[in-house]
Amino acid sequence: MTENKGHDSLPSFEDRLRAARTKQGMDTPPTQAASAGMGGNSAMGIGLRVGVELVSAMIVGVGIGWFLDRWLHTSPLMLILFVLLGGGAGVANVWRLMGPKKPLG
Amino acid sequence: MAAEHTIDALGQFRLSPALGPLGASVNFSQSNLMMLISGAAILWLLWAGMRPRAIVPGRLQALAEIAYTGIHSMCTDQIGHEGKRFFPFIFTLFFFVLFGNLFGLLPFSFTYTSHIAVTFGLALMVIVLVTVVALRIHGLHFFSYFFPAGAPKLLAPLIIPVEIISYLSRPVSLSIRLFANMVAGHVMFEVFASFIVMLAGIGTIGVIAAIGPLALNVALMGFELLVAFLQAYVFAILTCIYLHDAVHLH
Repeated sequence: MTENKGHDSLPSFEDRLRAARTKQGMDTPPTQAASAGMGGNSAMGIGLRVGVELVSAMIVGVGIGWFLDRWLHTSPLMLILFVLLGGGAGVANVWRLMGPKKPLG
Repeated sequence: MAAEHTIDALGQFRLSPALGPLGASVNFSQSNLMMLISGAAILWLLWAGMRPRAIVPGRLQALAEIAYTGIHSMCTDQIGHEGKRFFPFIFTLFFFVLFGNLFGLLPFSFTYTSHIAVTFGLALMVIVLVTVVALRIHGLHFFSYFFPAGAPKLLAPLIIPVEIISYLSRPVSLSIRLFANMVAGHVMFEVFASFIVMLAGIGTIGVIAAIGPLALNVALMGFELLVAFLQAYVFAILTCIYLHDAVHLH
């Protein structure tokens, strides 16, 4: 910023311009990890979040397995398979929530 | 409320027809009535708040402006500049949930967010929108979302079902979180309120002892106000995060 030598009152002009441009969506800013403290960061909040994620993935797994069984007449097979997959998906959800954050983009 | 020595904690969530025989004939419940009231309240807040059009806003105008800019910055922060397109949706969603939670705390009213049918309906709307947005922006490339790049091909039969279930569990967890929080709060209110009535029935000692649950309910009301805001915020911000995933895909 050699042009700014004479204008000490405006050293932040470039910064302000950049901020204004990013705010108006002209320059796309590097998107930061969207994990702002949802549900509170207390121990109870985290516990509740993890529990809900595990349970909901399990519900979806059981639901899919049950409907596939009814449809294909393979009574317990699909339920057993999808309960396991649902549990896996629950763990994957929790990992995505709690695991090391990689920069989103 | 509480009958003789029984606590009917779930009776408050029962639907009953509103607006007399006309409402009964079309199954118009008090839940629908509260939805209409909160919708009208949101419109009134924005209309009455922005009517003065003052440079220096009054209290109501400041509230309306904070509501608008708060959700607007949430959209642009979480989704990126494409988020402006989803702003009306997020705004409606946030305030519908927030006013449902808040109006539910008023005596003799009804919390429509305490019904899983309502919250799951909202969550379903969110997930359908997210999927449609992702398909429109990325086309069939969207399905690469279910198989992370760099994973060994051998694991595909395991990873793809797990990712699909994980994706489908989003609306379920979104709806259960809101519904469970609301039900839990209102059940606690009911239980402690029943304790007050039961203790007061014992006699003088009971009346003094009833101050305990009464104080608890007062504290709980403050906590529930926090939960009402927090859950509406979580619902909106998770929708934003899902939309971010849909727009940017990974």
